[in-house]
Amino acid sequence: MSSQRALVVGAGLGGLRTAEALRTGGFTGEVLVVGDEDWAPYNRPPLSKEALAGELAHDKLAFRVRSNAADVVWRHGVRAVTADLDGRAVTLADGERLAYDVLVAATGVSARRLPIPGPPATAAGGRHVIRTLDDAIGLRAALVPGAKVVVLGAGFIGCEVAATARKLGCDVHCVAIDAYPMVRPLGVELASELQRRHEAQGVVFHLGVGVSEFVGEEHVTGVVLSDGTALDADVVLEALGSRCNVEWLEGNGLDLTDGVLTDTALRPLRDGVPVDGVAAVGDVVRFPNRRFDDGAWRVEHWTIPTDSGRRAGLAGEGYDELVASEWTLLPAFWSDQYDTRLQSYGMPGLADADGIRVLEGSLDDECVVGYHRGDDLVGVVGVGMLRVVNGYRDKVGRGMSPS
Amino acid sequence: MSLKVVVDFNVCQDHGQCVFAAPEVFELDAAGRLVVLLEEPDESMRASVEDAADVCPVQAITIEG
Repeated sequence: MSSQRALVVGAGLGGLRTAEALRTGGFTGEVLVVGDEDWAPYNRPPLSKEALAGELAHDKLAFRVRSNAADVVWRHGVRAVTADLDGRAVTLADGERLAYDVLVAATGVSARRLPIPGPPATAAGGRHVIRTLDDAIGLRAALVPGAKVVVLGAGFIGCEVAATARKLGCDVHCVAIDAYPMVRPLGVELASELQRRHEAQGVVFHLGVGVSEFVGEEHVTGVVLSDGTALDADVVLEALGSRCNVEWLEGNGLDLTDGVLTDTALRPLRDGVPVDGVAAVGDVVRFPNRRFDDGAWRVEHWTIPTDSGRRAGLAGEGYDELVASEWTLLPAFWSDQYDTRLQSYGMPGLADADGIRVLEGSLDDECVVGYHRGDDLVGVVGVGMLRVVNGYRDKVGRGMSPS
Repeated sequence: MSLKVVVDFNVCQDHGQCVFAAPEVFELDAAGRLVVLLEEPDESMRASVEDAADVCPVQAITIEG
């Protein structure tokens, strides 16, 4: 065993997969993973779907840890507050300074909240977010039959919770500044069809409007929208996207404008030069994925922590081979809303406005929608038709699809 | 030590992501239901079977041995 230490900051899926890959790749030093939540790594997507409707228990959601990673040291419930990348050390909230040889930033994202005053922005105040298991437990307790639920944001998380809340017998209103739910990744045609499905299940949408006020003192009682509409509320969910957990990396000269900008080997860049011994993975990394183009993208899809964690972990003590090898990655996610499953491959949000076409099936039933940029198929989304959409998986990317 | 693949079919939702990782071991049938083709795959398939377990969105796959 070497005396080296690999320090992974962030104990979610990306941190877990990195730790496992360090061992798979032959790293023999200490692997220490530090995370701010009290829980061992667990699967987040069910928190807005089946787990929210059913059983929210850590042991049902916890990730299996590969046997080769049994000796990884986990420290839960403590946040990293600063990093000194030149001195190769990270300081924790409890004051401890941890030296490292290899550092992996896997701190992910947090739920964004509206900067609007009102009742306490806590579950006790009726103002929820959903990112962690504890968030979901707090929200679940409030989703009782007849509860008036106002979901702010009509992205995937907001729509999944809206569907789950309807299933639980709540009265659900969904508010968003966009013209259709999930329109930015999916485009108008599919988004409007999904809106119709939600409305058929009783969700009331308020689209193209913002929020001007939260009503209530100790507990929220309502929301006032920017068009003056007043909605009663027992439960408000702020499902407004995320902000990156990068504060602890500030002061090191990195580009942290949207996550941690890295090269293709996931090494953070300082003035265009990769920083030695450091990688970023998961939701927080913004990296060039040449499968699509030469730009750098941050992608909050479920597959990214696993794929990027494996790559960063396998680099272990040196990145030279990885830099030399061309590496691309296929983002993928799914969403369950009522009896509809969406399965996406690629980056449909990159499509041209006129590049979205139904490839198979019919929009009002099951279908596969193709998202094109120029001649390239940059994304596919299946509404049902899983086997069919899976068949398109390897055709997604620059120059991969016959035009 | 032999390798054993166990799928909890109470949890499996037929996402089929394991099929991409280990096509010799997993398959979606014509009805879109997951089928385990090899419950005790050869040791040489360990890496791909571990990958399949990793990518299962509902973590329904367990590797024994």
